[in-house]
Amino acid sequence: MTKLRRKVYMIAGYNTISMGTGRKEFNPKKERPGLEEYIKEAGQGVLKMIGGAKNVDEAVIGNFIASRFNRQGNLAGFIPYIDEGLRYIPCTRVEGACGSGALALAAGIKSVLAETADVVLVIGVEVQNTVKAIYGADILAAAGWAKERKNGHAYFFPGKFSDRAKAYQAKFDAVKTRKAMARWYRNAIENARLCPTAQEFHNTTEDLDAVGMTPPNPKGFVDSLNVFDCSKVSDGASAIAIVSEEGLKKTGIPKSEAVEIIGFGMAEDDITRTPADLTILATTRTAVKKAFESAGITKDQLGTVECHDCFTIAGILATEAIGFAEHGKGPDYVLAGKTARDGEVPFNTTGGLVGWGHPTGATGVHQAVTILEQLTGKAEANQIKIKPERPYGLSINMGGDDKTLVSIVYKKAE
Amino acid sequence: MEYTERLQHVTVLGAAGKMGSGILLLTAIEMADLSLKPENKGKQFVMNAMDVSDMALSGLMSYLKVQVQKAAEKKVGLLRSVYENRADLVDNGEIIDQYVFDVLSIVRPTVCIEAAYQSTMIFEAIKEDPELKIKIFSHINQNNKKEPWFFTNTSSIPITKLDTEAKLNGRIIGFHFYNPPAVQKLAELIKAESTLKEVEEFALAYAKSLKKVVVPSHDFAGFIGNGHFMRDALHGISEVERLTKNFGYTEALYIINKVSQDFLIRPMGIFQLIDYVGIDVCQYIMKVMNADVKDEEIHSPLLDKFIGLNVKGGQNSDGSQKDGFLKYEKGRPVAIYDINKKSYAAIAEFQAKCDDALGKPPASLQPWKTVIGNPKKEEVFRKYFGDLKSLETLGAQLSKKYAARSKEIGQNLVKDKVAFTENDVNTVLLTGFFHAYGPINDYL
Repeated sequence: MTKLRRKVYMIAGYNTISMGTGRKEFNPKKERPGLEEYIKEAGQGVLKMIGGAKNVDEAVIGNFIASRFNRQGNLAGFIPYIDEGLRYIPCTRVEGACGSGALALAAGIKSVLAETADVVLVIGVEVQNTVKAIYGADILAAAGWAKERKNGHAYFFPGKFSDRAKAYQAKFDAVKTRKAMARWYRNAIENARLCPTAQEFHNTTEDLDAVGMTPPNPKGFVDSLNVFDCSKVSDGASAIAIVSEEGLKKTGIPKSEAVEIIGFGMAEDDITRTPADLTILATTRTAVKKAFESAGITKDQLGTVECHDCFTIAGILATEAIGFAEHGKGPDYVLAGKTARDGEVPFNTTGGLVGWGHPTGATGVHQAVTILEQLTGKAEANQIKIKPERPYGLSINMGGDDKTLVSIVYKKAE
Repeated sequence: MEYTERLQHVTVLGAAGKMGSGILLLTAIEMADLSLKPENKGKQFVMNAMDVSDMALSGLMSYLKVQVQKAAEKKVGLLRSVYENRADLVDNGEIIDQYVFDVLSIVRPTVCIEAAYQSTMIFEAIKEDPELKIKIFSHINQNNKKEPWFFTNTSSIPITKLDTEAKLNGRIIGFHFYNPPAVQKLAELIKAESTLKEVEEFALAYAKSLKKVVVPSHDFAGFIGNGHFMRDALHGISEVERLTKNFGYTEALYIINKVSQDFLIRPMGIFQLIDYVGIDVCQYIMKVMNADVKDEEIHSPLLDKFIGLNVKGGQNSDGSQKDGFLKYEKGRPVAIYDINKKSYAAIAEFQAKCDDALGKPPASLQPWKTVIGNPKKEEVFRKYFGDLKSLETLGAQLSKKYAARSKEIGQNLVKDKVAFTENDVNTVLLTGFFHAYGPINDYL
């Protein structure tokens, strides 16, 4: 599929706080809001902006694994809990590990394209601080192939991306790569400090580069990543509305406050297959290529990118998968400041997964909300300058180790 | 008998107590880790957790479960390789649960002393009462044909005395853990004159495996830790008595507690530390030490008064602090026991007045909490004590005197051949008492 056959817009984004270590108000020993409160807060946040539940035709909720973090399945049942006016509308829950959020967006886009709905409420949610990290690692390992779990690292996914970092450092300049990972961390925290809902909003570390350069501790953690290279354990929800031209009118939101979905690309790889080359995100590359083809644009027209930096190394690999840097040159691209908020193409302007947080099932939706805010000039302290020659935004949401990919191209609605 | 064989049948005496439960935890983990090695497959490991109360023993099992789980969570990476051949254990959670089961399944809670007759190792952590210890050691020794080794956790009783009177023929060593044993890195090692070489070698191997910092001490009542602490406490008490004339008793106690904590940058004030250890325990230790020292009186009538009034400090079974010299709310001192009125007086009532009398500490003062992890703390102390030197407020005077006495006590421990070196004294205070600097220094 190339060009979308109907205009699709996103409006009215809402993020809860990304809660977890790093936030001043977070206390693991005290009772905290549950899954339902997060869904309700994000959902109501959107309803308030789009004229209430009466305007919603359908809803999709993305979540990875509440069945284990919260002993809760059948999450579509929480949509009507947001507002009585949503009872009896069609609701679907989708799952694709950490890519669940953007899978939910894709489902919403498709429903609008199929003309089965004019206004789709899309929510992503995950509440992960219900267990200690060492047990959370077991739960999150379900994003990989279960048969690989036995021989995997205690921290399964950090182990997977540590292997990628190790391979990259063996193939290319190890020191430079380490420095680029530290720079990625610094950029993430500096952006998060501007965003009141970010998990790292309260971060006051002075020398972020030095912290980012902390040598990995293979005995206590993994071989080639330090804890600052990792996204955090987060509770959070994000929501947005996906609408048709008619839907836009119905909600009363002006076009100036909407982004148009210019194109999107989805790609899936065999979960049982080990990547042929650990230094490449091949599925990500494919999904981005499809998104560009669908939108009819090139990377040079991108004004901002939200990429899936579940680990700093994944951010660097993404710069190569998009095509900004040649294979092996991602670290140079990052170290040259091109991904910084004042750089050529600001990446992850509210902190990304490392800085804003990574409530797994919510992340894809959070990325869309950030791009909506940036392209419509509503990003407040996080606002970057969108140059006229680079009017597009790109999001990349990934489930598992480069397995489930959704990439979307956005532009301010005209 | 090899290290592993020696640890196949162990008894901990006083296993449900604060020290005993920690020793049991560490030793049971050590034994379980040995049992999980491929070369030890099929070997039986038995740990008798002996105490006098069934109720306390069931509390012990709950404590063990929680603590072993925490230990397992910390080393799950290692445990994944230990259980790599167990196809049924996949998740960290499953592996941790299995490990908890494996550790707990070697522990046999018992109130029957007969269980110790089969043990090759006896760890003792009962009351600090020489007669009781000697009676039990000699009873076990007479009934146990395996010639067991005795590791006593005494913090004050000379090992030679225990060895001679219980007739153990050198099968004993002092292995003094600090409270709580699972957390504190320090162990004082005290040989009797007759302690067998292989007992000492085993003790060092055991300490290494438990990752403890071992400081050897001469076999002299109180050893290094209490040798310093008890005299430090007596200094504090005598200062309170001196200041009482001008300030009143509760105010004087507040002042000295504050000086010994805030002005000296220590983790606790001296009276909070006495409460933490237990006023009754301190009284016992002083009694034991006093019997062995010459030209010195290690005894406090004030402690006797408190025990007479049944105000003892110490800790509840959940680890919370019992009231003693001070009354605690959420772990913080809020009031001071007035021995005349036999009730607690709120600190808030006289705090401002006392703080005014003390005067402000130098601006370079950093709280213990801040400075303890600072790799450049040496510079901080040099500056702070340098500033303190030229200050003549009451607070400065009292703290300089206190620090000087603490240093003198440390130096005397070396002079009197209790400690081998000044460095050993400092290590004990740094690791066993969590002080941020050693008492023997040239800061003042």
